Amino acid sequence: MSGDGQQVERQRLDVDIACVGFGPAVGGFLTTLTSGLADERAGHVESTVAPGMPPQIICYERADDVGFGVSGVVTRARGIRATFPNLDPAQIPMATPVSGEKVLYLLDPIGASRRSRTLRLADRLLRPFVRKGTYAFELPYTPPFLRKHDGLVLSIGQFNQWVATQVMGSGLAQVWPSMPVAEPLIENDAVAGIRLVDQGTDRSGNPDAGYMPGMDVHAQLTVIGDGPVGPVSRAIDEHFGRPEGHHLREWALGMKAVVELPEDCPLPEGTVLHTLGYPEPEIFGFLYVHPNRLASAGIFVPSWMGNPLRTAYRYLQHYMQHPYLWQFLKGGTLRSWGAKSLQESGRHGEPFLAGNGYARIGECSGSTNVLTGSGVDEAWTTGALLAEGVLELMRAGKPFTRENLEQVYVRRRRESWLEEESQTAADARNGFQKGFVRGLVGMAMAGMTRGLFAFRHQIPPPHRQIANIVGYYTEKQIAVARESAAASNIPLHDALMNARGWPQIEFDGQLLISHQDALLMGGKVQATPGFADHVQFADVQLCLRCGERTCISMCSGQAITQGEPGEPPAFDREKCVYCGACLWNCAQSTDGERGNVRFNAGSGGLHSAEN
Amino acid sequence: MPNIFHIVVCASIVPDPLQTLEPISGPTGPALKNELMLPMVLDPWAACALYEAANLAAANPGSKLWLVSLAPKAKLQQVMMSVAQKVAFELVPVDGPLGGFTDAQSTAAALAEAVKSIAGLDLAKTLIFGGWESANRGAGVTLQVLGELLGTTEQFQGVDEITVNADGSFQVLERIEGGRHQVSTCAGAPAVLGWATGKLPEPRNNPQIGMANMRSIMPALQKAKAVKLEDGPKYLSVALPKQQRETRIVRDTPAEQIARELVDWITAE
Repeated sequence: MSGDGQQVERQRLDVDIACVGFGPAVGGFLTTLTSGLADERAGHVESTVAPGMPPQIICYERADDVGFGVSGVVTRARGIRATFPNLDPAQIPMATPVSGEKVLYLLDPIGASRRSRTLRLADRLLRPFVRKGTYAFELPYTPPFLRKHDGLVLSIGQFNQWVATQVMGSGLAQVWPSMPVAEPLIENDAVAGIRLVDQGTDRSGNPDAGYMPGMDVHAQLTVIGDGPVGPVSRAIDEHFGRPEGHHLREWALGMKAVVELPEDCPLPEGTVLHTLGYPEPEIFGFLYVHPNRLASAGIFVPSWMGNPLRTAYRYLQHYMQHPYLWQFLKGGTLRSWGAKSLQESGRHGEPFLAGNGYARIGECSGSTNVLTGSGVDEAWTTGALLAEGVLELMRAGKPFTRENLEQVYVRRRRESWLEEESQTAADARNGFQKGFVRGLVGMAMAGMTRGLFAFRHQIPPPHRQIANIVGYYTEKQIAVARESAAASNIPLHDALMNARGWPQIEFDGQLLISHQDALLMGGKVQATPGFADHVQFADVQLCLRCGERTCISMCSGQAITQGEPGEPPAFDREKCVYCGACLWNCAQSTDGERGNVRFNAGSGGLHSAEN
Repeated sequence: MPNIFHIVVCASIVPDPLQTLEPISGPTGPALKNELMLPMVLDPWAACALYEAANLAAANPGSKLWLVSLAPKAKLQQVMMSVAQKVAFELVPVDGPLGGFTDAQSTAAALAEAVKSIAGLDLAKTLIFGGWESANRGAGVTLQVLGELLGTTEQFQGVDEITVNADGSFQVLERIEGGRHQVSTCAGAPAVLGWATGKLPEPRNNPQIGMANMRSIMPALQKAKAVKLEDGPKYLSVALPKQQRETRIVRDTPAEQIARELVDWITAE
């Protein structure tokens, strides 16, 4: 169907395996699969759609390059090393072994952070143990569940490029960037392939100049690795449902800057700093040092942070200026910037991992470990395990039915270290729903007892985790902010942060730059014309009634802004970095579970390969 | 009688123009900082030539299209993931150095060898296409030297349009000063056309074209001939033009005020 409901003729392609999204999960899948197919001793495998040929394996990636992903990666790389036993990090740009690791509790040097009484008391007790001027308490040791001492610091962009080069070099699989997948093809309760997005449309999806209907790719097996906000994953959930009691309710936005450190920065490459406590207690952060004086600094803004105005970019700037970090970052230059949503429901968000004609891997399959804060290696491992199972089925000439995939893939996953660690982490973060301190205690309990003890709080849907603006801020703060926003022509969320006492950011033109400059100079954001707007508001009336409009304050690219009076927020596709934060940062709901924002397949976004 | 052309597009790859580029002095001369880490695209000028070539080939049945590209093999493979979805072509890769500081003469010599090695190429029917300029280097002579090495004397630079007549002759619009075009008529192939932007939009990604292209691209890349280019001129120093960015977001600013600020900024330089 075209945007106006007319039937259109679509091209058709038949392949053996179609993959959706190229990230670490599909990277692990294709690396393992192509390597297995190349090993003729283990058994010859032929295509079922092109007899006499090797299996036809194809992967479509939404972004304009396979290296345009975002992640603040420090990983133990157990799965990655299992695939590449002789891995030499020097072969991957920006990769290096972890050389040192610290956990820091950051005190608030400004006094603007919203800290509970308990936390303020804790701050006071810790001050005597803090080195003067640093406002940071170094934990005497790193809890075992957080340790990455034997791991690697990576750039996900460079890592994905490196993997894609090898996969493509095998000649056994094709990876196509710049090609968003719109939806799965579902026939007789089985996934029969995928439909690519329509090109040459207007903003509403109606045919326009150069219209090219998205092709239907029919596949014996569809491998879904489209990440936390992928439209194919959500369409499959809507059709097949989720296991009883499983929901996607916990999220975080990760936002990072890649910084060229000043020449006199003493941090050795491989340094890993985990932080908590600042700029808000709920915001965790990191600083990882790559080779060649590059560092990744970033924050995670979680869904359980009640603040309806989650201004991540401004928080990132305050974070980098924390005295402990600023001593290393001051004088640095921004090289890259990016943001992404993280699916943090972990085991509680695990979908059906396999069905007739499809299997799910990576973050969209609930593989992220929310206790260890690790996702890349877990995602890679799910892909590698699926590939082992797929090779087994192909060599035996068996079809990709639910039963067969459960036998060869789900069983492998259940028997792996992923499962054991996922069980441990299942409830590790539930305590954060009742406060920061309780959350930390819950994490420690779960981590120390391997999940035996943890808080078992229920997690409400994301829209119910957003506090009402009136109540979270005082009436006086809101009044002052509204006046200031109108007078200075700044967004309300910025004005409210000012009213809370957060100082204005003094731009230095190098590292501290405007949000728009971060898009251009850091993220190199761009969108090709001819695609429909991928962000839409389902019920306009809900938007008009919404006082929080968290979608605006949380938008990583300032792509969502106040619309005209009487209209829903405006969306500018050319600024969208495809982080998907709007999907879960909506204070309204159409069905009690989902927010009011529809986030579809989209083109464009970040064009930096260093994140 | 149909006009059959053998069109050879010469196109290198360059860092994605959205990236921040920083010249440095390396052990082998000037280079761009972290150049191999940067995402690459087909040189935008040559990409226009490729789209025009594909259009010309499609309009003249029986014509053939090759893409000759000199770049590190791995990087070329990466760029092909996007380019191969656009139009149908046969890749002739040359595994060589990347960068805007390689010598134009030896680059042209390597390209000429690659063109001559194309099986089935009829030089009498050949149109050599490429970029008039390059996002990497502004010397603008590589294509011209290539034509000379191939013995092709009919050369056009800054081309925006080609119109083929029934007898095989063609009319070419070349950019000249003042935003105008010079109109030339050429008796026919062989000829060299260095393209400006052309008039065609970037084609949509077509997965079927991609699949078809990739069947020949991967084997070609695996067999790509490695070349070592001779040293060219010595650069004493390289630097970026002075840049200034002061972004402000102010809604509903009158056009007059924006114009006034721009004039103030330009006159202050």
